[in-house]
Amino acid sequence: MLSMTLKRLAIALPSLVGVVIVTFVLTRALPGDPAAYFAGPAATKEAIEQIRSRLGLDRPLPLQFVRYVSDLARGDLGVSLTTGQPVAAEIRTRLPASAELTLLGLIVSMSIAVPLGILAATTPGSFIDHACRVLTTAGVSLPVFFTGLILVYVFYYLLGWAPAPLGRLDIFFSAPPQVTGFYLIDSAIAGDGAVLLASLKQLILPALTLAIFSLAPIARMTRASMLAVLASDFVRTAQASGLAPFTVIVTYAFRNAMLPVVTTLGMVFSFLLGANVLVEKVFAWPGIGSYAVEALIASDFAPVQGFVLTMAIMYVALNLLIDLLYGLIDPRVRLAA
Amino acid sequence: MTDIAAGKPQAHATGLAATISHVRYVLGDNRVTAFAFGLFVLIVLAALFGPLIVPYDALASNTSVALKPPSLSHWFGTDQLGRDVFSRVIVATRLDLLIAIASVALVFLMGGLAGVAAGFFGGWTDRIVGRIADTIMAFPLFVLAMGIVAALGNTVQNIVLATAIVNFPLYARVARAEANVRREAGFVQAARLSGNGEWRILLGHILPNIMPIMIVQMSLTMGYAILNAAGLSFIGLGVRPPTPEWGIMVAEGAAFMVSGEWWIAFFPGLALMVAVFCFNLLGDGLRDIVDPQRRT
Repeated sequence: MLSMTLKRLAIALPSLVGVVIVTFVLTRALPGDPAAYFAGPAATKEAIEQIRSRLGLDRPLPLQFVRYVSDLARGDLGVSLTTGQPVAAEIRTRLPASAELTLLGLIVSMSIAVPLGILAATTPGSFIDHACRVLTTAGVSLPVFFTGLILVYVFYYLLGWAPAPLGRLDIFFSAPPQVTGFYLIDSAIAGDGAVLLASLKQLILPALTLAIFSLAPIARMTRASMLAVLASDFVRTAQASGLAPFTVIVTYAFRNAMLPVVTTLGMVFSFLLGANVLVEKVFAWPGIGSYAVEALIASDFAPVQGFVLTMAIMYVALNLLIDLLYGLIDPRVRLAA
Repeated sequence: MTDIAAGKPQAHATGLAATISHVRYVLGDNRVTAFAFGLFVLIVLAALFGPLIVPYDALASNTSVALKPPSLSHWFGTDQLGRDVFSRVIVATRLDLLIAIASVALVFLMGGLAGVAAGFFGGWTDRIVGRIADTIMAFPLFVLAMGIVAALGNTVQNIVLATAIVNFPLYARVARAEANVRREAGFVQAARLSGNGEWRILLGHILPNIMPIMIVQMSLTMGYAILNAAGLSFIGLGVRPPTPEWGIMVAEGAAFMVSGEWWIAFFPGLALMVAVFCFNLLGDGLRDIVDPQRRT
């Protein structure tokens, strides 16, 4: 297991290097003057020159790259122009909000999509199968910000079940003492039931929006791989041996069918992290996505760059995790490594 | 079955007649694809003639009828400036479609050609193209698109470019795999023996051969390109108000959702959904025709 983990780490390393190079190129080597970007639209010529030498932009590119990497290694992502705050600190305080939302969205989506895919595969041609097909085709066509707005209209305006889509917690409540940064967990630790309920209420709609968005690829893949596994010889043998259908499906078929689904999770995460930005804007969610969007509108590049880098590093790490998970589910992968 | 019988005798007919009979055969075989094709024709018509047929000027504001719900005179209602939402949705078709088509064409040129060259030449070309694709895939795609637009500047051209770049790996991989299996095919060797240069074989023989598969790929990614571009303009990149564009119209209507004026954001969002749905269905249908084995 250890050798496999090391091997996967070695595979993830080039991706990480690629990510750092691309973000560097995006800031420095492309047409347009980065110093002017960092100085903002209203800066004078002298101010731009000053920033140029302060950022080391008057030095040769390889030197700039070394400085960029050493800044990154120290966790320095630069300073936001509009707020004057260090980008790294801001991202650190906002990251739990985004992570809580994305993870809850994924959990909701998995707990709907996987059973749905299995049911569709075990009862081909049934109502559930058709529902699954319609859902997967419609799901990929829905713009995620549109789904979010529809949910807001129905559950906030029409039914009044959900609170106003304005952030993580109603203004009448104060945030629970920070342990993990996840309000659900922190309020549970603090034993504050009212805050737990309030933060759950705020979370439901945005998490549901993300779930609807990521439902389609997971359900589609579960259905397809379950169909393939159910048609295989070992399932037929298990059925012929007289095992109960439930045992065959859950114990025999399910574990094997999960392998391609776990692989798809990588792609799902790519979509989820992107969709997260749009959902955060719709629900005024104080995560790193809305931070980046605010900075984008103000042409404040340092936060955007920090955001892209954070997201990419998280995505590489998630893919690494998925690879390791794959090894846990499938012993053959471990043997091959 | 009658379509097949009718189509066969004309199979050797040349030109327009043959094309039409083939299209009729394909559409008759699959109702869903036929429906998607009908939708596609409607979208193209709206894009071509939209500004000519809409009842109101898409930019003209008329505050006396602001925030009116859908009615007979304003089918999709009016927005906060009294502009007709229906007219704006129809007029926006052209811009949204243009952005999507331009980015798909661009990624076909970049990713398709790079992939074909990688699959055909192998070696260093293959390694470089593979490395570029891997690096792009290391980012969450929408996030990378945001970063590119932020770095290159907030314009519609850069939205097109960013959407093309994030789709690059998809095209490069498909084209590479398809070119790779045809590398030593009989027709390639025949072309080589006839004295064609490698580049000539690549562009004149292999590329046309993998075009059907690439066209399916283009149709499948059109939907994604529309969503990506609309997402970028929803967060305020690229297209500026008051230009009618679906993504930005949804963004403008978002604030009114909480006060009950649903129609401002709903109809452009619906148009977006229908367009993406249409291209996804069309892509699936085309794939079934080109590559029946991957039918799901």
